[in-house]
Amino acid sequence: MAEMPLIDPGKCDGCGLCVGVCHCNALAIVENVVTIDSGTGCDWCTDCEAVCSTGAITCPFEIVVQ
Amino acid sequence: MVAELEFLNSIPYFSGLDPAELEPITRLVLEKTVDRGELVALEGEPATNLYIVASGAVKVFKTSADGKEQILSIVRSGESFNDVAIFDGGPNPASARTMGPVVLYKIAKDDMKAVLRAHPRIALNVIKVLASRVRDLLSLVEDLSFKHVISRVARILAEQVEGETAAGPRLTQQEMAAMAGTAREVVGRSLKILEEEGAIKLDRHRIIITDKGVLQKMMEFG
Repeated sequence: MAEMPLIDPGKCDGCGLCVGVCHCNALAIVENVVTIDSGTGCDWCTDCEAVCSTGAITCPFEIVVQ
Repeated sequence: MVAELEFLNSIPYFSGLDPAELEPITRLVLEKTVDRGELVALEGEPATNLYIVASGAVKVFKTSADGKEQILSIVRSGESFNDVAIFDGGPNPASARTMGPVVLYKIAKDDMKAVLRAHPRIALNVIKVLASRVRDLLSLVEDLSFKHVISRVARILAEQVEGETAAGPRLTQQEMAAMAGTAREVVGRSLKILEEEGAIKLDRHRIIITDKGVLQKMMEFG
């Protein structure tokens, strides 16, 4: 399964900005909380993290050596 | 379509006004719906409107001669952009692109000037907004000028994999920004520069250190 951004539902205020900026259509607001459709791809553009003012959605990078 | 009175009253520009004072202003504020990825202001072009974001998010950025982008701010609901060009009469100092579907409220430059003349309270609000903007931009200037952020970001990346044999820890751009004492936007650009220099490769959720020697050189850059 593709790696997806992390959601902290407790921090989400349901504003939906992340849904609007996601060009992979991987995010949706369900019952006022953001949820991820893990069947959809994510290209890790991190725009959802950038627009989230509550820190509910994060896109951590794994740092590895080749 | 004209702007909602209640919404206008809630934003910094128009806060503290009586509904009777605000009502005529709403007729000057027009709604504009914009799709994701549209350029709504272009750096260097004449500015005709002040924009307020009613919903969605807009990225305000400058582009260097070689095409590198530096995000100055992400403007969300209730915040404005294009203010500087409206008030000093010059061209747009930066470009603005919608990050998703956005509803904007726009007010023509001449209308805004008339509103300011008629309502000293709004003039005070605008001063407060602009002063806050100057404070944010000064902070960004400090980051970009003095802190050698690229070398700090390079160092952070190197430290994360020091002595690691398995997969390294995971860090968000926000966390790297906090560690480097800078803004998230500056980290994003630093990572792109490190990739261009061949030190790392951004592969979706992975930052792969492809050349430790180059990364070391970038650490000494600062």
